[in-house]
Amino acid sequence: MLSIQENMTVEFTPALLDRFADVVSRYPEGKQKSALLPILHLVQADFGWLSVDAMDKVALFLQIKPIEVYEVASFYSMYFLQPKGKYVLEICRTGPCCLVGAERMMQHLENRLGVKEGEVTPDGLFSWRGVECLAACGFGPVLQIGPEYTFYENLTADSVDHLIDDLKQKAKNQ
Amino acid sequence: MARKLLLTHIDVPGINTLEVYRQKGGYRAVEKALKTMSPDDVVEEVKKSGLRGRGGAGFPTGMKWSFLAKPEGVPRYLVCNGDESEPGTFKDRFLMTKIPHALIEGMIVSSYALGANTSYIYIRGEMMPQIRIVEQAIAEAKAAGFLGKNILGSGYDLEIYVQPGGGAYICGEETALLESLEGKRGNPRIKPPFPAVAGLYGCPTVVNNVESIAATVPIVNDGGEEYAKIGIERSTGTKLISASGNLVRPGVYEIELGLPVEEFIYSDAYCGGIANGKRLKAIVAGGSSVPILPTNLATTTAKGEARLMTYESLADGGFVTGTAMGSGGFIAFDEDQCIVRNTLNFTRFYHHESCGQCSPCREGTGWMEKVLHKIEYGQGDVSDIELLWDIQRKIDGNTICPLGDASAWPVASAIRHFRDEFEWHILHPEESQTRNFGLAHYADPLAPVV
Ligand SMILES: Cc1cc2nc3c(=O)[nH]c(=O)nc-3n(C[C@H](O)[C@H](O)[C@H](O)COP(=O)(O)O)c2cc1C
Ligand code: SF4
Ligand code: FES
Repeated sequence: MLSIQENMTVEFTPALLDRFADVVSRYPEGKQKSALLPILHLVQADFGWLSVDAMDKVALFLQIKPIEVYEVASFYSMYFLQPKGKYVLEICRTGPCCLVGAERMMQHLENRLGVKEGEVTPDGLFSWRGVECLAACGFGPVLQIGPEYTFYENLTADSVDHLIDDLKQKAKNQ
Repeated sequence: MARKLLLTHIDVPGINTLEVYRQKGGYRAVEKALKTMSPDDVVEEVKKSGLRGRGGAGFPTGMKWSFLAKPEGVPRYLVCNGDESEPGTFKDRFLMTKIPHALIEGMIVSSYALGANTSYIYIRGEMMPQIRIVEQAIAEAKAAGFLGKNILGSGYDLEIYVQPGGGAYICGEETALLESLEGKRGNPRIKPPFPAVAGLYGCPTVVNNVESIAATVPIVNDGGEEYAKIGIERSTGTKLISASGNLVRPGVYEIELGLPVEEFIYSDAYCGGIANGKRLKAIVAGGSSVPILPTNLATTTAKGEARLMTYESLADGGFVTGTAMGSGGFIAFDEDQCIVRNTLNFTRFYHHESCGQCSPCREGTGWMEKVLHKIEYGQGDVSDIELLWDIQRKIDGNTICPLGDASAWPVASAIRHFRDEFEWHILHPEESQTRNFGLAHYADPLAPVV
């Protein structure tokens, strides 16, 4: 299922490069590869996803081979190798949350947004997907929205509707 | 009154700040350890406390620390495991959100005990808000002179950094975590060598859970013997329990080890009973990886004794009639919940999270998921139950890391205790297809479907 998409050339801003350098400073000399996961988060927060070009640039920055970046980006579930909706609603689909209605909530999301899991709404605003236990099982159902990973607990159909309306409003105002 | 050691001040406004945390006695353990104790003294107190790792395996922390190799001129590392991805477990997130300085203070005394000058707190990437909170706490501690060079004039230097994960349950396994911290895929390493000898960057390393590290604070403050007075036998101290599922009051509770399971479920001081006036059907006591138990075995052991929240009592009966403390992820299932569906859900989880290095885990989890899916969706065959049993048995014990075992145990225990429910699904394919969310028939498997 994995497919990596090409993108136009990306440029990292000086501010972003400063943050990269700050991350690298946390590890011993020569162990800069440790910065890979944190840096990929920073890139994704800026660009919304990780294009091949962006990953190649990260490899260049960390002085590692591009494949070392791709294999990491494709291993971890948080990295998007394709563009997503502006807001990605990630709802927990694991056992404990299902005991308190997570599956019904996923159905509700699908109905309300009108797209299947993983697809993007025609206006480009939303996509949604089920993710595994988010360590908030006592407050389920729960969902999170990147890149800040804002967290919503004890979801109901109403609270999900409100959230979607708020996000639409927010997008309009931007 | 039950004693609390970690969550005592949890409701104090501003306890997440250094100022309020100190007003409540915070950072006394750092002062005591760095000014009046040698690193070995701290290790000794932790040994005396009987503290056992709170991440899942329950290995004695003091003993683990004493295995740390100390070759000359080689740095040693303390890495805190804040990956918290075991379904049913949410205590570390709670602790880091509410009282982050308890973790930082614990990191300082533990790093001091181990002789680490750089320590990392690996927090799963989804916990971005918690990462911010913990980084803020580190900045405050540093500004107050509890971190950095020559802390409190003791000559001891320490820096603590937070490392975000990328979304992978397997990175909670300590060697996968170290790989991830080195910027690689989270593939568990073959042991030996153990991290105590060759861990982060090939250097001696201790990996400890968030709660284990926070527990070193009261141990240093009050002494290991004081800590060991709480609890029963080899289950000393207090434990954070994450309670989820169909409970009146799910949430994070700090219990004294030894609390009866029945009291934990039904007492108003804890979970307050089963939600919506329903009856209890099953529990998972220690996170998704441990065996599920039906009601009768949840609250009493097979010998008829009250089941207690201790490592020993929960494990009483082995995997035939017992379970395990694990991470303390306590999941309650009410009478309407479908065990087949839940087993399918957990198995899907392990299949999704398998790193793929060993074939019994990679293939076996996928195979079990397919068979369970068939059964749950009304296409099962009676022989599928034996097939499932056979697959789980072949995974258990035959893999590089315990994720393989963790995928086998929920399946084995579900079949062991709820075989009739699997059979019901297979014999009533139509009903089981429409009953995606519950199993009201459980009390009487052959009752007509309402
Ligand atoms: C698949 C798997 C996932 C694990 N996840 C976690 C976790 O999220 N947090 C944790 O502290 N330990 C986890 N562990 C246990 C760790 O490997 C390790 O035993 C623990 O961090 C040691 O800390 P402790 O001795 O303080 O418990 C996991 C183990 C396995 C096999
Ligand atoms: S048991 Fe599973 S998760 Fe663990 S190393 Fe093997 S394949 Fe990876
Ligand atoms: S199962 Fe949903 S947060 Fe744990």
